[in-house]
Amino acid sequence: MLELKNITYKIVEHGKEKVILDDISCVFDDKCLTAITGHNGSGKSTLTKIIMGIVKPTRGKIFFDGEDITKLSVDKRAKLGINYAFQQPVTFKGITVKDLIDITTGEENSTDKACEYLSKVGLCARNYLDRDFDKTLSGGEQKRIELALALAKPGKCFIFDEPEAGIDLWSFDKLNNIFDNEKCYIVVSHQERLLKKADKILVMENGKIAKYGEAKTVLKSLGSGYCERLKEGL
Amino acid sequence: MIELDSITRNLLKQIAGLHKIPDGAVSFRRNGKGEIIRSTAHIEIKKKEDNPGINIYVHSSCQNEACHIPVVVTNEGLFDLVYNDFYIEEGAKVTIVAGCGVHSGSSSGHNGIHTFHIGKNAEVTYIENHLALGKGEGKILNPTTIVNMKEGSTMTMNTTQIGGVDFANRKTTANLKDKALLTINEKILTASNNIAKTDFKVNLIGENSRCKIVSRSVARDKSKQVFKSNMIGKNMCFGHVECDGIVLDNANIDSIPRVSARNNQASLSHEASIGKIASEQLTKLMTLGLSEKQAESKIIEGFLK
Repeated sequence: MLELKNITYKIVEHGKEKVILDDISCVFDDKCLTAITGHNGSGKSTLTKIIMGIVKPTRGKIFFDGEDITKLSVDKRAKLGINYAFQQPVTFKGITVKDLIDITTGEENSTDKACEYLSKVGLCARNYLDRDFDKTLSGGEQKRIELALALAKPGKCFIFDEPEAGIDLWSFDKLNNIFDNEKCYIVVSHQERLLKKADKILVMENGKIAKYGEAKTVLKSLGSGYCERLKEGL
Repeated sequence: MIELDSITRNLLKQIAGLHKIPDGAVSFRRNGKGEIIRSTAHIEIKKKEDNPGINIYVHSSCQNEACHIPVVVTNEGLFDLVYNDFYIEEGAKVTIVAGCGVHSGSSSGHNGIHTFHIGKNAEVTYIENHLALGKGEGKILNPTTIVNMKEGSTMTMNTTQIGGVDFANRKTTANLKDKALLTINEKILTASNNIAKTDFKVNLIGENSRCKIVSRSVARDKSKQVFKSNMIGKNMCFGHVECDGIVLDNANIDSIPRVSARNNQASLSHEASIGKIASEQLTKLMTLGLSEKQAESKIIEGFLK
């Protein structure tokens, strides 16, 4: 179980203090798919980065399975079982897809085993293992490999920041099927289909939680066409 | 069979991936003396009469054969100067594995002057690794490479300065005739107070001659690197230079890629980027469970692979 207590994150912009996250408290349950949604700039990605330790909160505490992890570094959180897939995958020069899979799993994988991880995200795996994870891969390929890495790492809590962005519909369907009922999944998304699949939905507005609850109830209260309005920035 | 001490064996392993003197065409030079010279039916190696060094004749009949010419310097205060000339006949295909390893506690080094005469449609892969080990400063490696390429020939040069070299002045000059293709991949790692200078001059003389230079360097501590290249297009030709540097600690890197068109059909380009390791790359690897130090090592290892 992941618990955020009074998380606040402030930055200074043009000499003025700006509140990005404003006193957020919530619990993400195990065996639960929670979708985080909301307008651009509402604080969704920042919230997930604070959970992973990429961004340090100005105030507040984070507990993972009862342990205070607020001061733990990114790698220590990763070792505790928090996995993260970036919205924009980070590429490298000279590091292959296979290298990244081996780093992720902490062992040298056989070709067959490494292929299994990539096949989960719909990639014809053998074509990719020896390729550098660099800009010669298309945005969609990078994105799918990013997701495969987050899933390959043994973990308890999986965070995906807009996993559907940049991948085609076929992959999207496949992606929807990887969220089993076994782990804690936290997914930032604007996609109605993903929101409908979620157990719970958390809606962010101006750095605060506007709504959080059972998916059906939240979706109903948001009204029809909510995701379309988000995409159009309304 | 000559005896190899552990220091020599270690140097050979690191510069050429060799556990022993290999079979086939070989020239093994240690502390200024050619200790082994062995020819094959297709590759003839002869000691020079006028200067220290060897002439290597690769005959047209040579198809995908390798030739090893490692140099090792372990004597203190020895500066070995050697002239190696390579004559590659038309249509030959050869891989030449050079490399120099220095191990000493004080000043010593090696100046290797290599001249390639590459015949029509010949294919050459040239691998050159430089490494210095041992305490003390003053380990110098100054390779000079001159490449003359005839019509339709190709050469791939993979050069690496692995580490420990206090001072290096690496000069490469190439002259390419019609349809010749030269690819250079250079990797340099410097640390402590090392200084490494690289200077490429490529003359694209022939029609449809092509050259691509990719240089990747990592400078740490107080080391300094200067990368210079001048690609001169004198015909309808294609040339591209790419130099990426990672600069750490208090190190310096200067990158000066220059392209010069002397013909309006010349297509020449360059890219240069220098910077620290991108923080998002470190963060990404940390989300996979590596510590910051491990992540940094992995990024550098990949970058210089």
